[in-house]
Amino acid sequence: MRRKTWRRQLLTLPPTGYLLLFFAVPSIIMLFASFRYAGEYGGLAPWYYYEAGEFSLDLTLENWQRLFESEIYLLLFLKSIGYALLTSLLCILLGYPLALMIARRPKRQRDLLLLLVILPFWSNFLVRIYAWMIIFSPAGALTQMVNGLLGLFGLGPVTLMYSTTAVIVTLVYVHLPFMVLPLYANLEKQSPALLDAAQDLGANSWRRFWHVTWPLSLPGIYAGSILVFIPVLGMFAIPDLLGGTDSIMIANVIKQQFVESRDWPFGSVLSMVMTVAAVLVVLLGARLARQGVARG
Amino acid sequence: MASPSTRGSLALTLSAYAVYAFLYLPLLIVVAYSFNDSRLNAEWVGFTFDWYHKLLHNQEMLKAAGNSLIIATVSAAIATVLGTLAGMALHQFRLRLLPGLVLAPIAMPDILMGVSLLLFFMLLNMSLGLLSIILAHITFCIGFVALSVQARISGIDKSLTEAARDLGATPWVCFRRITLPLLAPGILAGALMAFTLSIDDFVITFFVAGVGSSTLPLQIYSMVKIAVTPEVNAISTLLMVLTLALIMLVSRLSPAALRGS
Repeated sequence: MRRKTWRRQLLTLPPTGYLLLFFAVPSIIMLFASFRYAGEYGGLAPWYYYEAGEFSLDLTLENWQRLFESEIYLLLFLKSIGYALLTSLLCILLGYPLALMIARRPKRQRDLLLLLVILPFWSNFLVRIYAWMIIFSPAGALTQMVNGLLGLFGLGPVTLMYSTTAVIVTLVYVHLPFMVLPLYANLEKQSPALLDAAQDLGANSWRRFWHVTWPLSLPGIYAGSILVFIPVLGMFAIPDLLGGTDSIMIANVIKQQFVESRDWPFGSVLSMVMTVAAVLVVLLGARLARQGVARG
Repeated sequence: MASPSTRGSLALTLSAYAVYAFLYLPLLIVVAYSFNDSRLNAEWVGFTFDWYHKLLHNQEMLKAAGNSLIIATVSAAIATVLGTLAGMALHQFRLRLLPGLVLAPIAMPDILMGVSLLLFFMLLNMSLGLLSIILAHITFCIGFVALSVQARISGIDKSLTEAARDLGATPWVCFRRITLPLLAPGILAGALMAFTLSIDDFVITFFVAGVGSSTLPLQIYSMVKIAVTPEVNAISTLLMVLTLALIMLVSRLSPAALRGS
């Protein structure tokens, strides 16, 4: 018995200790920092004073009040959530046919087709963004083509670079595999016998899809949507490199607070709000997925 | 005449291929332009290796590549040990703290880990550099290794270890001779994944890197921020080839590990 507890500690303690120190503690420090004053030259001011034998705390709600003083931050949060929802939706639109096609292929083809979805996702994140910087560049083929077409109707020219369109397209591109994988996992498990039964009962292919496949795939859609939504909510690189001034997201402001203006307390406030938003989304998604499974 | 269902499946196949094209065309463009004999990523002028040649003489880029390799090797090694322990612990015991600690860093937006670790290191008065980057990378890699190992363990037949114990093997011998060899593909897949994640990471590294500790992704970022040059195409292509090789290896070892992430 003693040996077993000893083994349990050996397996559990090192990873738990490491993650507590480098994940949990920093998160708590950030929560705490959101109640502190900013230092004179950036960073943080001391959180207590000890003068003449007297100890006094120096914490504040000011940073949190600033969040509500101007609507700009809340609007930015809403806008980022909107971008994340739109990206999830477009990923469903593009990812569903792909996942369905793979799931309906013979078993030996599936692994290869799925690997082909995963591969681009493993190429460097910045490389994938950079690819779209080339495509959207004013001299690039896509812009030339669009403007050529518009020119026929006496319209344009337009610039695609540094626009919200460029940001959304790249967001979808970068996150699409996150949608395809859980969707495929779900669709693959659906029994073909269900579709056969529906066909025997006289349902055409559209009705079979709409009344059988689609409702059963909702848990996969919820799971994929969370996997897309969360990283998009925290995205700053894509708006930074491809977006204009009107397409910045909340993560760009967080980055700005920590790197450029060095207002760490306010940056911490924004980060805490993002944490809460992310946790709520995960909980909501898990709940929806469970309900979906229960109904299915 | 085509029946509605074959028409439907034709439409499905065509739209799926269109999505594959959407996934691959942008990357092919990057690769193609890396061999284009022009400063602009526009017209095709002619074939050249110039950009790769330039890359080999770019001291900053070479230094960044060296840093990336050191960071990825060290953090993958440590994360593999910690992640393997975590994966085994998650499989064997009902734990309260560890499951959340393993999943939360994967489930949260990267930027949050980046800024909170920045705060943490600054409050410890730690100078930002290779060490802070390595500590951060280990943090986000542990979970992926743990999941890979856990996926592999649950596939191991329990009767094998039980038989070994019945035949008189001590727990340590049983672990070393039975469990570990069976786990090896899962551990190796996890290690390669950790290496790839580390060498690719931009967001978290962006916050915890200091002066002189630039990595390849940071170097690419600062280059594309200023201007789009074909040298970036060349380094991107090389990075793609490296990742491709690693991922092929992982998928050979453990297809489940890839899908699990």
